[in-house]
Amino acid sequence: MPAADAAVTDAAAVTDAVNGPRPRVVLPAPRRRPAAGHAHAGARGLYRPGDSPVHTLPAHCKLVAVLGFVLVVVATPREAVWAFGVYAALLAAVTATARLGPGVVLRRMLIELPFVTFALLLPFLAEGPRVTWLGLSLSESGLWGAWNILAKGTLGVAASVLLAATTGLREILLGLERLRLPSLLVQIATFMLRYADVIADELRRMRVARASRGFTARGVRHWGVLARTAGALFIRCYERGERVHLAMLSRGYDGSLPTVDPLTADRAQWARAAALPLTALVVCVLGWAL
Amino acid sequence: MHVPDGFLDAPVSVATGAVAAAAVAVSLRGARRELEERTAPLAGLVAAFVFAVQMLNFPVGAGTSGHLLGGALAAVLVGPFTAVLCLSVVLLTQALLFADGGLTALGTNITLMGVVTVVVAHLVFHGLVRVLPRGRRTVGVATFTAAFLSVPCSAIAFTGLYAIGGTADVSLGRVFAAMTGVHLLIGLGEAAITTATVGAVLAVRPDLVRAAAGLTRPALEIRGGATVPAPASVPAPAAGPAAVGAARPARALRPLWLTGVAVTLVCAAFVSFYASADPDGLERVATEEGIAEEAEEHGLADSPLAAYGVKDVDNERLSVGLAGAAGAALTLAVGSGVFVAVRRRATAPCPGPERATGTVRAEPEKV
Repeated sequence: MPAADAAVTDAAAVTDAVNGPRPRVVLPAPRRRPAAGHAHAGARGLYRPGDSPVHTLPAHCKLVAVLGFVLVVVATPREAVWAFGVYAALLAAVTATARLGPGVVLRRMLIELPFVTFALLLPFLAEGPRVTWLGLSLSESGLWGAWNILAKGTLGVAASVLLAATTGLREILLGLERLRLPSLLVQIATFMLRYADVIADELRRMRVARASRGFTARGVRHWGVLARTAGALFIRCYERGERVHLAMLSRGYDGSLPTVDPLTADRAQWARAAALPLTALVVCVLGWAL
Repeated sequence: MHVPDGFLDAPVSVATGAVAAAAVAVSLRGARRELEERTAPLAGLVAAFVFAVQMLNFPVGAGTSGHLLGGALAAVLVGPFTAVLCLSVVLLTQALLFADGGLTALGTNITLMGVVTVVVAHLVFHGLVRVLPRGRRTVGVATFTAAFLSVPCSAIAFTGLYAIGGTADVSLGRVFAAMTGVHLLIGLGEAAITTATVGAVLAVRPDLVRAAAGLTRPALEIRGGATVPAPASVPAPAAGPAAVGAARPARALRPLWLTGVAVTLVCAAFVSFYASADPDGLERVATEEGIAEEAEEHGLADSPLAAYGVKDVDNERLSVGLAGAAGAALTLAVGSGVFVAVRRRATAPCPGPERATGTVRAEPEKV
C-alpha cells in the first residue's frame, strides 16, 4: 500500500518538523521501503524477478552492455541486412538466458508503434528514384530509410525492454550512480520513481472524485476541469516535496544519500556482460567489411 | 515525439548528447539556487508530477486524446533549471525503463523536449512579462504564448537536426511544413491547458508559481483576525485569486485568443519566409522525376497538410508557403473553435469547475 506508506511518512515528517530533529541519524522512511518493482503504476510490472545469469549480473554492467549494444547497432550500415538478423538472434539468446517468455518482450515492444507508422509512410514521402511494387510507386531511398529506422529502433527498444525486465528499478538507479551519473540527478530520479506511484494514486483519487460527481471528459470543453486537476496535483506534489525534505533533514540528510551496499562487479561478471556488445561489434565490423 | 534509435545519424546524436549534458550540468547548479537546498526531493516530486501529468489524457474530440508535454508548465511553475532537470529525468527513465525513445537518442530527446521547450517558454514568458503591464492577466497571456511557442519551436529544432543528420530521405521543406503545422495545433492544446493549470495554481497558492513571483499580489489580507477578499473597487486586474483562475475565464480568454491569433500569423509568416530562404536542390531533382504520381500518392497516403506541400512542388516557395498558410488557417479554425467552445461554457452558469475545484481542494485532508 504505497499510498498508506506515504501518508505515514508524511505524518512522520510533520511530527518531526514540529518536534524538532531526532537525535539519532536514520534514513528517511521512504528509503527503507523496497522500491524495486512497484515504484509506479506503469513500472509495476516492468521487472520480472528471477535468478537467471542475466538477472544476477550487476546493474552497471548491464547498463554498459545495453548502451554498447545499441551504439553498435546504430553504427551498422543499413545495407548489411543480415547483420540485423544476427543482432535479433543475439537478443533472442539473451531473452532465453534470462528465461523470459518472448510474449513478454514482444508485448512491451508495442511502445514503438507510432514510429512504425511513420516508417511505413516513409517510402511514400521520400525523394529519389522510385520502384513500383504492387502498383504502388515507392521511393527506393525511402524504403531503405524505413528499414533503417525499423531495424535499429526495434533492436534498441528490445534491448531496453530486456534491461528493464531483468533489472529492478532501484538497481538501475544504483547502477547509474556507480557509472558516475551526478548523484543529484540520481537522487531526483530516485524520488521521482519512488513517489510516482503515490502521485499516480492521487491522480486516480481525483478521477474517482470527479467521476462520482458525474463528470466525464468528452472534449475540449472539459479541459478546464482537467487543468484544475493538474494544478491541484502540482500543489500536492510540491507540498509533499517540502514535507519529504523536512523529514529527510530531521533524519540527518546532508545532501547525499548513503549507499548501503555499493555495487561491485568482478572480472567474470564484466566478461559475461561484455559478451553481447562484443559479439555485436564483431558483426558490425563484418557488416562494414563485407 | 520521442526520437528512436537510428533516426538521426551518429554525429548529430553525439552533438545533441553533449548539448544535453551541458544543459543538465548547468541546470544542476541553477536548480540548487531555485530550490535552495531542497533540490533532490522537490525536483523529484515535480518530476513525478510531470510524469503523472503526461498520463493525464485530455480528450480532443472524436475519440482521440492527447497529453501534455509539460515543458512550459514546469518552466513557469518551478523555474527553468528545475524544469530542465525534471524533464531530463523523466526522459531518462522513459528511455531506460519503458523503451520510449532510443538510448542513443536520449541526448536528442532531452535537447528537443527538455531544453528547447523550457528555454523558449522561459524566454518568451519573461520577455512578455517585461513588455506587458504587471498583473495576473499578464501571467495568463505570457503563459499561453510561452507554452504555445515552445511546442512548434521544438518541432523546428527537430527539423534542424533532421536537416543536419536525418537518415531518411525526405525533403526538408516537407518535414518542416508537416512538423510545424502539426505542432502548431498541439501547441494550442498545450497552451490552453498549461494556462488553465497555472491559473488554478495561482488561484490557490500564488507563491508556488515561480515565474509569477512579484507579478501578483496577495489578494487576501488579514484585518482584525478575519480574512476578507480584496475590495472590488481596486482597479488592478489582480483583484481576486479565483478571479482569473476559475470564476471569470471569459474575460481572461479574450487577450489569450488575440495573442493566439497574432502568434499563429507570425509563425505562418515565418514558415513562408523560411521556405523562400531555402534553396533546396533536392526538391528540384524531385520535381523533374514523377511529380504527378507522387501527388496522387500523397492524396491517398497522407494528411491534406502534407498534400498541400506536395501539390505544387514545381514552385517550391509557393509550395511550402501554402503548407504554412494551410497550417495557419487550420490552426486558426480549430483554435477559434476551441475558444468559442470554452467561452460559451464559461458564460453559461455552470457549477462544474467550482465543484471540481472544491473536490480537489478538499481532498488533501483525506490523503
